[in-house]
Amino acid sequence: MNLEIPSKFKSVQNFALMAAQTIFRPISRKYDVGEHQYPKELDLFAAGLNGMNDGSGGAIGGAAAKAEKTEDTGVRNGSNMANVINIQTMCYGDVGLLLAIPGQGLGNAAISAVASDDQKKRLAKKWAAMAITEPNCGSDSSAITTTARKEGDFYILNGEKIYVTSGERSDAVVVWATLDKSIGKAAIKSFVVEKGTPGMEVVRVEKKLGIRASDTAAIVFTDCKVSAANLLGSPEIDVKKGFGGVMETFDNTRPYVAAMALGVAEAALERTREILANHIQLQYNQPINNVSAVEAELYRLEAEYESARLLTLRAAWMADNRKPNSLEASVCKAKAGRMATAVTLKCVELCGSLGYSYSELLEKWARDSKILDIFEGTQQIQQLIIARRILNKSSQELK
Amino acid sequence: MSQTKSNGTQYAQYFNLFNDLLDSKIGKALNLRKISEKVVYQATYNAMRAGNASARIFKGNTQQKPERLSPQKASDLFDLNYTEDQQMIRESLLQIATKMRAAAEKVDENFTIPDELWAEFNELNLAYLQVPEALGGMMKDKGTVTQMMIAETLAYGDLGQALAMLSHHSVLNAIVEWGSPQQQEELIPGFLNDNPVKATIAVNEPYPLFSPFKLQTKAVRNGDGYTVSGLKHNVPMAKTASYLLILAETSDKGIQALIVDANAQGLTISDDRSMGLNAAALCQVKLDNVQVHESAVLGADKGIQYDQFVSYCKLGWSALAVGCGQAVLDYVIEYCNERVAFGEPITHRQAVAFMIADIKIEVDGMRLLTQRAASKAEQGLDFSKEAYLAHLQCSDKGMQIGSNGVQLLGGHGYIRDYPVQRWYRDLRAVAVSYNGLHL
Repeated sequence: MNLEIPSKFKSVQNFALMAAQTIFRPISRKYDVGEHQYPKELDLFAAGLNGMNDGSGGAIGGAAAKAEKTEDTGVRNGSNMANVINIQTMCYGDVGLLLAIPGQGLGNAAISAVASDDQKKRLAKKWAAMAITEPNCGSDSSAITTTARKEGDFYILNGEKIYVTSGERSDAVVVWATLDKSIGKAAIKSFVVEKGTPGMEVVRVEKKLGIRASDTAAIVFTDCKVSAANLLGSPEIDVKKGFGGVMETFDNTRPYVAAMALGVAEAALERTREILANHIQLQYNQPINNVSAVEAELYRLEAEYESARLLTLRAAWMADNRKPNSLEASVCKAKAGRMATAVTLKCVELCGSLGYSYSELLEKWARDSKILDIFEGTQQIQQLIIARRILNKSSQELK
Repeated sequence: MSQTKSNGTQYAQYFNLFNDLLDSKIGKALNLRKISEKVVYQATYNAMRAGNASARIFKGNTQQKPERLSPQKASDLFDLNYTEDQQMIRESLLQIATKMRAAAEKVDENFTIPDELWAEFNELNLAYLQVPEALGGMMKDKGTVTQMMIAETLAYGDLGQALAMLSHHSVLNAIVEWGSPQQQEELIPGFLNDNPVKATIAVNEPYPLFSPFKLQTKAVRNGDGYTVSGLKHNVPMAKTASYLLILAETSDKGIQALIVDANAQGLTISDDRSMGLNAAALCQVKLDNVQVHESAVLGADKGIQYDQFVSYCKLGWSALAVGCGQAVLDYVIEYCNERVAFGEPITHRQAVAFMIADIKIEVDGMRLLTQRAASKAEQGLDFSKEAYLAHLQCSDKGMQIGSNGVQLLGGHGYIRDYPVQRWYRDLRAVAVSYNGLHL
């Protein structure tokens, strides 16, 4: 048993750390204040990153290391773990900017997870966003109302999507739509809609609490005609398989959102320790009630952070070793999401009005972190998934 | 050591035991057969002599070097798998854990573990998994992860009984880790048999804001030894112990662990009933000018590294919290799924289901934190920070789990017919106690 980061990921980590410190941090406040401005500094970085990622199928920001098998134990530390390490480190720089890196959308993750070879080839260079949420449906993605009607070799899409990360800046959007509302989940399919397709219109870019460097768009589809070749997965409605296909993406990406939470929390903890350096002595040995209140708080926050970090590495390790990890992915997302909000908010408090002001990034991280306990499944949705799984309950029984 | 008649008899006994062990599951798992003749011979060495009132002196060849387990060379890869050996050990422990659980209510009320359970536990001969080959055990490398797994699994059965059963094993770990050659030679054989010597570790003192780094138990240099006075409490298994490791502030070497016979003059042991841990029969230990020879300082001249000693203790308590937390989780899943209110199982309500989901989240995190600290320890890396954070999380979340365990059973949870109230009482100790454990 070994729970240390393997040395082969040191270069991934060092590269990400370099990006975090020299590219993201210096422009962190700039694009927080300048919401909706395009972070042009990322273009050059993205070009390099996409070059590295070619053919690896790495998801968000993933400079994936090749999975390799050791001779004796057969254990793999592969691309899932590399992505977690990479994403955490970059989000230690800035989570909003990570989400804004061209070419690294959630839609890309969906494409690499379920697309056919032909589609992968055709769409490889596209920056793809993901459009699921609608004005009247968030966590309950089975209730979506956007429709896709088959017409010859095309599908006609109608509906409104909101909260599309990178929806304005991306080249394409993976849209979830239903072939037949009366059938339910099984009729939901995803379609890649390229920008400029007639009938697709970005109607609004949201003003947000945090992650302001990342654009969040509302997109309306009005008789939008999409080639049938852009449907991801099987065109048939398979009631037995149901939601499986589209939901598979999320088992893979929940640990990545957890990794984002780790990065933000790590940044806040580190900066708080720096600010308080002359007022604290962290020795990691005295009983918690014999140290100062600030020290006790910092120990507790770090313990929470470590717990979330190891849970996230576990989920990634399981994915790398082809162990089903749906439960563990939700466990890490739930823990890391709430940990990051609690840690960043407490760090603002510990640093007082200094932490609250724009002179530090602490208040920004406290705003940024909140989304990580919401998107890709809220805290409560994760708890629901975990509870159903361990209690062996269906969604009809445990609602 | 001469081969007297009585030693010959003992030899035969040990030899039989040894053969049993070879055939045992664990023995097979760990390929015991490779142990040399020399080891068998050493295992026959005189076990603990009956204590006498005068201070114990450890004599022997002072040129000898102590036997230590080497750091384990772990693979560079992140790996959460138990080895096949560890899985086998865990399976056999789960069987006894089930029996511990069944006995737990009675043990809690009677403050004693039944003899049959002790006998069954002793038959596992877990000491062989702690002792270096050269001293009669089966180990080459440190096995802190295995030790943690053992503690966790026993605590899954019952935390209090696990503490009782691990207290002498913890003393053994401390002797392997820190003991002088003379102490190792004299004390270790006492653990390698079917009726191992009982011993325990005493750190805690009954003062407000107690810190293990500010002990009021003082050992004042006095000729070729020390005069020790002070008060220890919450000490598990002290009444049945042959000797105790008493942690004291020495006048010349900082805090050290002193090997003190239970019947030493000036030492009194009395009951110390507390909130929980009844299975481990907690005691108060009073030392009034107890004489301790310098050779009875654990590690003799070299002593112990006390920071690390405390970290090993925290690992032990964290492991117990993990096992007990998992026991709460598995219990409330079953109970709440069966409990019907308003026409359906209460697990159909999010208020209940989410509390259970939270127990799952936190207990998994607690385990990973403790495993990381244990795996760093067995690799010979500095693990003090990891042990500290693991222990903190296990204290906080462990207690939260204990409290929610009672809450989820409602009024039933408050009744002593149900185990959750016992887990509630036992888990409170994790933040408080430094006694009895050393992984």
